[in-house]
Amino acid sequence: MTSGETRETTYLTAIREALQEEMRADETVFMLGEDIGVYGGAFKVTEGFLEEFGPDRVIDTPISEAAIVGAAIGAAHMGLKPVAEMQFIDFIAPAFDMIVNFAAKSRYRTGIGAGLVIRGPCGAGARSGPFHSQSVESYFANVPGLKMVAPARAYDAKGLLRAAIRDPDPVLFFEHKFLYRRIKEELPTEGEVLVPLGEARTHRPGNDLTIVTYGAMVFKSADAADRVAAEDGSEVEVIDLRTLRPLDTKSIVESVRRTGRLLIVHEAPRFGGFAGEITAQVCEEAFEWLDAPIRRVTAIDTPVPYAPTLEDYYLPGEDDIVSAARWLLAY
Amino acid sequence: MARGSGISLYQDGHLKALDRRDMRSLYRLLWLTRALEERLEIIFKQGHVVGGLYRSLGQEATAVGCGYALSDGDWIAPSIRDLGALLARGIEPRDILRQYTARGTSLCAGKDNTNHFTVPELGILGPISPLGTQLCVLNGVALSFRTRGEPRVCLTFQGDGASRTGASHEGLAMAAALNLPIVVVLEHNRWAFGTPSTAEAAVENWADVAGAYGVPAVTVDGNDVLQVYDAAAQALARARAGDGMTIIVSETYRMLGHAQHDGQRYVPEDELIEWRDHDPIRSFEIYLVEFGFESETSLAEVRARVAAALDVATDDVLAEPYPAPGEARSRVYGNAELDAAIPWTRGEVPGYEGLVRARPSATRATTRQSQGA
Repeated sequence: MTSGETRETTYLTAIREALQEEMRADETVFMLGEDIGVYGGAFKVTEGFLEEFGPDRVIDTPISEAAIVGAAIGAAHMGLKPVAEMQFIDFIAPAFDMIVNFAAKSRYRTGIGAGLVIRGPCGAGARSGPFHSQSVESYFANVPGLKMVAPARAYDAKGLLRAAIRDPDPVLFFEHKFLYRRIKEELPTEGEVLVPLGEARTHRPGNDLTIVTYGAMVFKSADAADRVAAEDGSEVEVIDLRTLRPLDTKSIVESVRRTGRLLIVHEAPRFGGFAGEITAQVCEEAFEWLDAPIRRVTAIDTPVPYAPTLEDYYLPGEDDIVSAARWLLAY
Repeated sequence: MARGSGISLYQDGHLKALDRRDMRSLYRLLWLTRALEERLEIIFKQGHVVGGLYRSLGQEATAVGCGYALSDGDWIAPSIRDLGALLARGIEPRDILRQYTARGTSLCAGKDNTNHFTVPELGILGPISPLGTQLCVLNGVALSFRTRGEPRVCLTFQGDGASRTGASHEGLAMAAALNLPIVVVLEHNRWAFGTPSTAEAAVENWADVAGAYGVPAVTVDGNDVLQVYDAAAQALARARAGDGMTIIVSETYRMLGHAQHDGQRYVPEDELIEWRDHDPIRSFEIYLVEFGFESETSLAEVRARVAAALDVATDDVLAEPYPAPGEARSRVYGNAELDAAIPWTRGEVPGYEGLVRARPSATRATTRQSQGA
């Protein structure tokens, strides 16, 4: 960083800036996706990109997610750095084959990697129903070769996206749409914001209980932690995973060994969710340090519903996190 | 072009460019394809092939004709029955033998089989087993050519069966919409595993599918290597000129079952007899002799040299080892430290000795027994 100047930046602008800066610095970086050029992206992330970078680097494609990801893989084989946009991350499903069978296994099978980024808006809370609200990370969690990123802060969204574009492997980059315009941070106006993949961060320090979470749940967890501190006097540590694969097990285990209590919070449904994997890893590496059973606060095991009453029921809330935290602290 | 029409001598510019040496090369590639597959069948029966074996008997001319029409720097993505195209691109018989026998020296280092290798130096993109997908990926290669302003082009194959997948449709739609420099060869070989193409699609004339994508299609006798070469050369030139995708429909026939385990009892005998009379290699031999390019003796010499080379390659490859077991966890990621961090999930669990000393299992067993009693 060359100066101390900062500017208020939203989560969405941070993503736009990461894309812009990488595309300006490296002419092999290009984007492809639906409505990203002329329209500027469904959420306007790429507004103005077509004018600045031209149609060879900002490519409007047919509605064909498999072909989008396929083309990204081929371009990556040829030394380009593709950033493929899924208009909503739910639409990654039609590209599943290309991701898990072609991109993820390419280096292993052939020695030729597929360094590409597939990014798109994920997550619920925007009243968007079953097909514009999902958290898809667990669909891909069981596929070696993939990396997955789910930033919560604008700083991390920017720094991790830049790292993802430079990464030699396929990276799924989950942008939480609820955070796009709600999160505003002072980000440096000069110098490079770059956050390495695979490193969790402590969002809020504490020694009485560890909450491991990511994405929009980082803020709900932090609010819950503040309440527990104010009302009960206990200090809850909130760890923001930032990267889901590779998972920063070391940071989780270090915190749990210190606090002896673990709560995992995520927005994806419970069964087969990341909380299960984290629980297993902590049991293997920190069992003797646990003073209480591990608990999970997650979405319920249903599709994401549409009506506000239903969606609020579906999503983990601050109260749910506070209740689980109190249970663990009392155990 | 109706099937069974025999070799046709094209008199346009493309074929005039083929000289005696080209004719020899084409014949050698055709014969090498067949002889190598026969060799694979022998070592399959001897138990040396680890997985399945897929042959291209009867379809060799389509693969060889297309592969031979490509230039240096172009890229190709084969389907499972396009061995001849890979040989035309410079893949060696021992590369194929190593793939099928899972040698550590193989292009996939023993991690994948058949023709699933990607070799950038030779412009080869390996397919994967879910069909139609390699077209989507090859589109990205073609896109990179266009972005960089390079006069390079791509060619890929799909069977009539593969052409029914969503990936195939999406790949065709994108290649056409983006006007990519690519040629798609639709191999109408009549069978998709055990299902006839008439049950795969309500398409009578397979060139009609091109209309849905707004691109031209040309139908060729896929068992006529010169006709295939000619169509491929023209389509590649069209792509190279920036005029976009062409679909070549190759009318051909899969003369064996889907794989070695498939005795193709579902195939009508009269169909096989009819197509056997239209064998792409025998037809070409007759043509070469009739038009004075070769004699039966010179062709026999080519075949003998191929056989001798295959003897050596087979002996060499069978003497090579499988990969070391620990290689199973290499090159999953681009960062070696991530490969190293992949947890080992079996075998001895660290700290066991300490646990046994602290809480001897004999004591626990005794305790349980006494509690149970």
